[in-house]
Amino acid sequence: MKHSTFFWFFLPTALAMLLFIAFPIVSVVTQSLHTAHDQVIVEVENCGPFGCTKEVKVDTEATAQLKAEKPLGKWAGLNIYFDRSHLATAEVAQAWRSKKSFGEFFSSITNLPFYRAMSFTLTYTFVVTPCLIILGFMIAVAVNALNQKLKGIVIFFSLLPMIVTPLIGSLILFWMIDSRGILGNALQWLAGDPNLSLKASTTLTWIMLMVYGVWHAAPFAFVVFYAGLQTLPQDTLESAMIDGATRWQRIRYVIIPHIMPLVTFVALIQLMDNFRVLEPIVGFNAEAHATSLSWIIFNDLSGETRLLSSAATTSVLTIVGVAILLSPVLVRTWRDFNRKA
Amino acid sequence: MLKKFMLASAMTVAFTGLNFAANSTAALADGHAKCDISKGRISIVGNEFPAIQTVGKGAQACAGGDVTVKANLTADHQKINVAGMSSTPAEYTSAIVANSSIVALMNDDLIRPLDDYVAKYGKDLKKNQLVTIDGKVMAVAFMANAQHLVYRKDVLEKAGIAPPKTYEEMLAAAKMLRDKGIAQNPIGGAYKAGWNIAQEFTNMYLGYGGEFFKAGTAEVSINNDKGAAALKMMKDLAGYMNADYLTHDSNLTNAEFRAGNVIMMNMWGSRAATLTDADGVSQEVKDGLAVGAPMTVGGGSVPATTLWWDGWTVSKNISDEDAEATFKSLMAGIDPSILSDGEVAKQAVWLLDGYKPTPAAEGVFAAASMGTKPYPMLPFQGLLHTALGAELPDYMQGKEDAAKTLADIEAAYIAAAKEQGFLK
Repeated sequence: MKHSTFFWFFLPTALAMLLFIAFPIVSVVTQSLHTAHDQVIVEVENCGPFGCTKEVKVDTEATAQLKAEKPLGKWAGLNIYFDRSHLATAEVAQAWRSKKSFGEFFSSITNLPFYRAMSFTLTYTFVVTPCLIILGFMIAVAVNALNQKLKGIVIFFSLLPMIVTPLIGSLILFWMIDSRGILGNALQWLAGDPNLSLKASTTLTWIMLMVYGVWHAAPFAFVVFYAGLQTLPQDTLESAMIDGATRWQRIRYVIIPHIMPLVTFVALIQLMDNFRVLEPIVGFNAEAHATSLSWIIFNDLSGETRLLSSAATTSVLTIVGVAILLSPVLVRTWRDFNRKA
Repeated sequence: MLKKFMLASAMTVAFTGLNFAANSTAALADGHAKCDISKGRISIVGNEFPAIQTVGKGAQACAGGDVTVKANLTADHQKINVAGMSSTPAEYTSAIVANSSIVALMNDDLIRPLDDYVAKYGKDLKKNQLVTIDGKVMAVAFMANAQHLVYRKDVLEKAGIAPPKTYEEMLAAAKMLRDKGIAQNPIGGAYKAGWNIAQEFTNMYLGYGGEFFKAGTAEVSINNDKGAAALKMMKDLAGYMNADYLTHDSNLTNAEFRAGNVIMMNMWGSRAATLTDADGVSQEVKDGLAVGAPMTVGGGSVPATTLWWDGWTVSKNISDEDAEATFKSLMAGIDPSILSDGEVAKQAVWLLDGYKPTPAAEGVFAAASMGTKPYPMLPFQGLLHTALGAELPDYMQGKEDAAKTLADIEAAYIAAAKEQGFLK
């Protein structure tokens, strides 16, 4: 392709990326480096249906001037990044100094909001991603072996978990696993413990969220792998069969190498998706047991008072996290690309 | 009923946007005779409980001709009202708020003083409906609210237990009900992690006579004996709740009550009256429903609850014409004539002229007469509320002791207050 052709071909995409990806990131970074101006508080008398009380209020006129001069707020540098709600450097250092054992250090670290969220987010990401790839692959191989007439309907049903909106899907399951719901009750019966509650136990809540994550995302892996299976070189497969390869050997030495690039693709997308886990936590009302970086952003923006800078900082940390997470896969892809070129 | 419930929660969470369309066309029929508005854009954002739906519907009746009225009534109103009122012109010309949520609008200077409109069009308003901040009318309150005891009188009578007046009596009653095998988890409470559990701590802490801040400053001070006592009481109560209590908000707690599993609970007055108006509630529960005064705790005389008002405001960043139209339409929404409908009259403790308390309103009235404190209208109270909601579950799950949790709450609050410029 000529360079000029490529340029004009790529221009609309580049503009859209600039507008919808680059600019918002710049804006989020800017926001994370600023905090609100120092508030001027004045004591006033407030009256209402229940009488009058002396309370304080923000003197908005006094801060209006400051706001007009510096609409972004007060320059804070990296202060918010290091405060207790985020990287909590001071608290971590303190915990390190006063530790008696690594276990104690770890538990005092995971008491801090950022590290608590990271511990769930990373566990979720590294458990769910491989599981959903394996499950998706198994479904794809199984469906591919089906009779032509059955395939359509089986594919449709296999895709259902992905079609259901995550929030709705998790709400439905939330009710089913309630201690009075059908699944919750069944588990109580199976375990023989009438007080068993999935929602009250941190471990069970984590397992439930991960099972949900696999259930929801496996169809995506399935669709991609199934498409890959359609391009399988029949000659190679047939010669493998003539050589006496078992079904397992064919999968191991023919099918898996053939769809390996797709595995990379699915892993890339799903690592990114799972790192941003939010909907199941909201849908399952699980914030007492599990939080994620996205949930912290959501919470900062939906409290009685919105914490914009805090949310922006967590967003930047999420971007950094995604970049670190994806770097091995990206490096690998880049090497493959160079080798081929 | 389960299905209906699920749908309802799913709708509020996922389709808040759709409320727009559904609500805006709902009430075009009534004409706009009593509104006397010739032109204007009215757009209301607010919570979704029945009384507010009524007010929203009344305001929507003003639509017609050059007057457009939209109402977006959703449980998520607080997530959108500040953003929706910050632009010029503001998307929402009015926000229906309570004493907690007006603070966010005040902090960002998003609502206008209403004194002139009150003088011109609000002569019929009662003095106690006017919420004044620093001498200026900033909101018009139309209902009062408080959490108070809601219980099953049939069950308590049968077990020979008097309705509890204190949380200590509630614990004793719960123990008796469990020991007698009448109910496994007789206590209900909206203890969902986040806003709800923070609200319950606020109640309990005030009941023990606690102060949240050093007077006149934004410096938090809850790490004390009263804070620890409040936590201990909450954990004791939770021992008699459904094990899933950290996921139960007031909707789910009410569902447990409707199902007959909960015998006693601390519930919102605004939800008590219509509590059993749902499909599939047994006659037993319907007849047994009773409300009582809020409970005290730790030998204190001030009930462990807070008083609330709900009222409407008018945006600052809109044209005067729209502001006037908004004021008039909401005046129509809270016209005392709405009380002639019996269903409406029992939806809330109305502050309107001619309101006669229904039996369901007793709890809120008792709260007011017992000297209950209003929920603090402080610019930084919301930050503490959020910090409470995030840190309390650790204590409730037994992961930390009270002192550690209270210290964590203070630390989380301080980080947020520094970011917001309340602390240096």
